[in-house]
Amino acid sequence: MTVESNAGVGMVHSYQIEAGNFTKAGEAASSIKRILRQLGVDANVIRRVSIAAYEAEMNMVIHSIGGTIQVAISPQVIVFKAIDEGPGIEDVNLAMEEGFSTAKDWARELGFGAGMGLPNIKRCSDDFRIQSEVGQGTYLEARFLL
Amino acid sequence: MKISTIKDLLEAELIVGEEFLDHEVVSACGSDLMSDVLTFVKEQTVLLTGLNNPQVIRTAEMLDVSCIVFVRGKKPAQDIIKMALERDIVLLSTDNTLFEACGKLYEGGLRGDMR
Repeated sequence: MTVESNAGVGMVHSYQIEAGNFTKAGEAASSIKRILRQLGVDANVIRRVSIAAYEAEMNMVIHSIGGTIQVAISPQVIVFKAIDEGPGIEDVNLAMEEGFSTAKDWARELGFGAGMGLPNIKRCSDDFRIQSEVGQGTYLEARFLL
Repeated sequence: MKISTIKDLLEAELIVGEEFLDHEVVSACGSDLMSDVLTFVKEQTVLLTGLNNPQVIRTAEMLDVSCIVFVRGKKPAQDIIKMALERDIVLLSTDNTLFEACGKLYEGGLRGDMR
């Protein structure tokens, strides 16, 4: 994890996420949850950020070739970003539908890949956006108002 | 319902978390699908599952689930026990199947918590 202190903007925490590493998966979300607790953020917000961060991290481990998770905390808003390097989502609207998944059997056997992740991140956040291009990667941003 | 009552009703073995046995849970969820658990579960819940991997603990951690019951006699590995210990999560193991375990807790008065 790397931390940048950016005067006026607050703290930015950044995590490298490894593709396919199921043992480590969840460490970033776990760290984010600890940081928010230490800052005394409202319990309901912590819960929503934690769920969204964990879902996004699992998505990255299961589907992507690796990427970065960033969380920026200011007094007004928590901005969560998950940026991966590919392979990209072919049809983002379809991926946003509950139950749609392209996860492989190994992910399903571990209790994931039910096509609930992205809709759940959207539900947990106050503002959600996702952009993806095949061959380029996926940019996901979720904001949580404080 | 106290976690100790859950342990008694399911004739479960305590794996870790003795100091939290008198903590209360208000609802229960039985699932092997962590995706569903992440979508529906609220806090102060007991999670019953046949899944036995580190992501069960991670899922519980994100949701503030205070107790996990492994069904069909499953016993978590040391690394999973260690993770639960660090997060103050009670681990129980019962020989009951998921269906039987859920049935016994429901009969005991515990309910689900679908939003």
